[in-house]
Amino acid sequence: MTTQTTAPQTPSTPAKGKPSGLIGIPENLGRTLATGGGILTVVSTFLAWTWTDAFPGDLTVYGYPGGLQVLVLITGALTALFGLASYGVKGLRWLTPGSADSAIKLAALAAFATAWFTIIAISVNLGGLANLEPGGWVVAIVTLATVLGALSLPFERPVTEPADPDDTDWEQFRHNTRNKLTVFKAAFASSEVTPARKLPAYAEILIIVAALALGLTVFTYGIGTEYDELFVGFMITVGFGFAAVTKAGLVARVSAITAKHRNVTMIGAFVAAAAFPFTQSDDQYATIGVYILIFATVALGLNIVVGMAGLLDLGYVAFLGVGAYTGAMVSGSPSSPFDIHLPFWASALLGAAVAMVFGVLIGAPTLRLRGDYLAIVTLGFGEIFRIAVLNADGTSGPDITNGSNGISSIPNLNIFGFDFGQEHSIAGFTIARFANYFLLMLLITLIVVIVFRRSGDSRIGRAWIAIREDETAALAMGINGFRVKLIAFALGAALAGLAGTVQAHVTYTVTPEQYQFAHVVPPNSAFLLAAVVLGGMGTISGPLVGAALLYLIPAKLQFLGDYQLFAFGLALVLLMRFRPEGLIPNRRRQLEFHEEAEAPTVLSKAGA
Amino acid sequence: MTTDTTTKDTAPAAPTPGQTVLDARGVTMRFGGLTAVRNVDLTVNSGEIVGLIGPNGAGKTTFFNCLTGLYIPTEGEVRYKGTVLPAKSFKVTAAGIARTFQNIRLFANMTVLENVLVGRHTRTKEGLWSALLRGPGFHKAEAASRERAMELLKFIGLDKKAEHLARNLPYGEQRKLEIARALASEPGLLLLDEPTAGMNPQETRATEELVFAIRDMGIAVLVIEHDMRFIFNLCDRVAVLVQGEKLVEGSSEVVQGDERVVAAYLGEPFEDAPGAKEVAEVEAAEANAATQTDAAPRKENDR
Repeated sequence: MTTQTTAPQTPSTPAKGKPSGLIGIPENLGRTLATGGGILTVVSTFLAWTWTDAFPGDLTVYGYPGGLQVLVLITGALTALFGLASYGVKGLRWLTPGSADSAIKLAALAAFATAWFTIIAISVNLGGLANLEPGGWVVAIVTLATVLGALSLPFERPVTEPADPDDTDWEQFRHNTRNKLTVFKAAFASSEVTPARKLPAYAEILIIVAALALGLTVFTYGIGTEYDELFVGFMITVGFGFAAVTKAGLVARVSAITAKHRNVTMIGAFVAAAAFPFTQSDDQYATIGVYILIFATVALGLNIVVGMAGLLDLGYVAFLGVGAYTGAMVSGSPSSPFDIHLPFWASALLGAAVAMVFGVLIGAPTLRLRGDYLAIVTLGFGEIFRIAVLNADGTSGPDITNGSNGISSIPNLNIFGFDFGQEHSIAGFTIARFANYFLLMLLITLIVVIVFRRSGDSRIGRAWIAIREDETAALAMGINGFRVKLIAFALGAALAGLAGTVQAHVTYTVTPEQYQFAHVVPPNSAFLLAAVVLGGMGTISGPLVGAALLYLIPAKLQFLGDYQLFAFGLALVLLMRFRPEGLIPNRRRQLEFHEEAEAPTVLSKAGA
Repeated sequence: MTTDTTTKDTAPAAPTPGQTVLDARGVTMRFGGLTAVRNVDLTVNSGEIVGLIGPNGAGKTTFFNCLTGLYIPTEGEVRYKGTVLPAKSFKVTAAGIARTFQNIRLFANMTVLENVLVGRHTRTKEGLWSALLRGPGFHKAEAASRERAMELLKFIGLDKKAEHLARNLPYGEQRKLEIARALASEPGLLLLDEPTAGMNPQETRATEELVFAIRDMGIAVLVIEHDMRFIFNLCDRVAVLVQGEKLVEGSSEVVQGDERVVAAYLGEPFEDAPGAKEVAEVEAAEANAATQTDAAPRKENDR
């Protein structure tokens, strides 16, 4: 049947193992092209790309870049800098302690993708290529040339096995595709990061500050993007740009330094986050900020349960609901059945305590189950909470929660005479309602981060990890598995409840519909779990990043509309296929999933 | 000459059969209609190494699991230093019986040090509040635990690899680490389930030395093993389990010479076949010859 009609073994990869580029341009020319292209890209962003301001972002002006041009400018500059560094230009070599060539390739791709996305967006939006000014053509050609130049840079070609000619055509095709993929991947291989020079402590702290400031800038820019195209461009730039910086070895450098100064990094990160409302002129983006923080905090709490103790909890949002309802009922809201108005500290503690009690009540019967069974039962309990709250409206059940109307008109917090509903002026900056809550929520996040860190690095944290790794062995080591799991469950519940008490005040109203298993708006149990898995299980920064992305992307990409959940699902599937350990992996997890890869045998203390 | 190492090691221990550490009386374990272990008595005294052998499926591991609280015996009772063992495996460990597993069950994605620290769990008290508040007591306990864990790692010779992931250790070292993890719970009795399975002769001998060293620390040891040479070299007393029942118990010589044991391993002799005595002789001769050749490089190492 399978006659050998295909040509006998094409001489793929002419010289195996010998470095050469993906594209057949001589290396010198390629490098010049990439570096020069980077510089020209920067120049071209000062040109006008289109003639009309119908396309948002002010791309019509000669002399200064605007909107998407700024992003292209940054990526172009990055390419040029990496290019110059690869020439060994003095003063720039620190930029590429890792693999300069891979960094150039990715930076060039970033410039190319962002620029071409812009050009295509202009043409599609305005209807035709005629809307491009010469500057637009220039940038398109220049970035294309840059990419071609960058891709011609040589790399170590992996040795691939030729396809077996006896296989079916389909098998041969698959094999060859796999080979090509291996070669393609190798083109972007990262190399060992050269050890850093010993820097004085103040310099290292300065680097941390710079990295955090950069992080804040990127985040603020992303949250403040005003139109869809800019946000998409931003995501492209950040995605490729971050990959480029990683390949250059800068991320490894910085994380080595941050691991050395963990407390400085943590304090710095919180100062940077606290600075966010001060960079905003109105409350519009502080609103997004505070919702992200609530989402992220709850995700971090879930990370104790899922990431550390390995208990798959699909009903976690119920504990947020318990906290929110508790906070709302004692807030003095007119629709609360209780006519009590507790101060915030008391209601926060009460919310956490009530959530913890619910955690123990739900955990005690369910935690005897393992694995999938636990997931199913917690999913059930999560829904039971929502339906019970829905029915406790006075007609179907006792009048406690006001049914589907929820508890509304929750008054704003007032701590020591500081009214969270009012605008305040602090050092010349106006801090409005959501910014106030942002700062309060940041405090809660800080508490959760500290709880996460301290509990993880202790006897109880080790017991959680041991239970996750091998429950039978953990029991044989004298760990009371049920008790330890119950502690994790109750602690996670209490932290979610704590966040819930703030959430009740931020949203004015709590209704059962906010606490579903799956819903378009985060936080809900499915999104919380996704944030943990996407960001990286068992890390602190993972769920924070995951939650920020999962909140920002649907909020910014309104045009996706009904396809949001579809896109979300697709993204999650792809991520699980190609990076199962999450965006910011725990060192442990990374080793778990990529045994064969360049995994260090020593688990350093550097874990994120 | 050939047995000098073993006699040297067993000699001082022989006259110190102290108090009874483990006392299993009439232990019977039934799974539905199947009786896996039937009416087994076994005692282990302090300072003793006791071996438990038997053909495959004889119920050794089931018996082990009865001792460690993984199974609750259907009949009979197990006493540790006079008190009846609780029915939960973590309570058994807390009481003072630690075990290793037939298939290595390390916490593969934890570091070597962390594995041993988990073993310290029952001997430390610090709970969640202590971890969150980080008082001086916490730091002291944590430092003490680490120090003890490092001592144990030094004892088994893995202190240089404390920060390695357990999964990345070679097989023999994983076995050793499992023993160290069990020792971290400060047991009075250590149960080893086939500690030399899959090991080469050198590693087996190293394990032998390790078990003797553990015995010298005052910990009684109960070993399940298939490697006869290992068990007869090591143990002060050997019990043979066949089809869930204890066939014989006694010193190595007694067990080796018992024809029922040989029959259990090799099948009943048929007529005109070489008698059990001859078989035992041949085996003993082989064992002698083998230990002789094995012992030679050891002496070199000792120098």
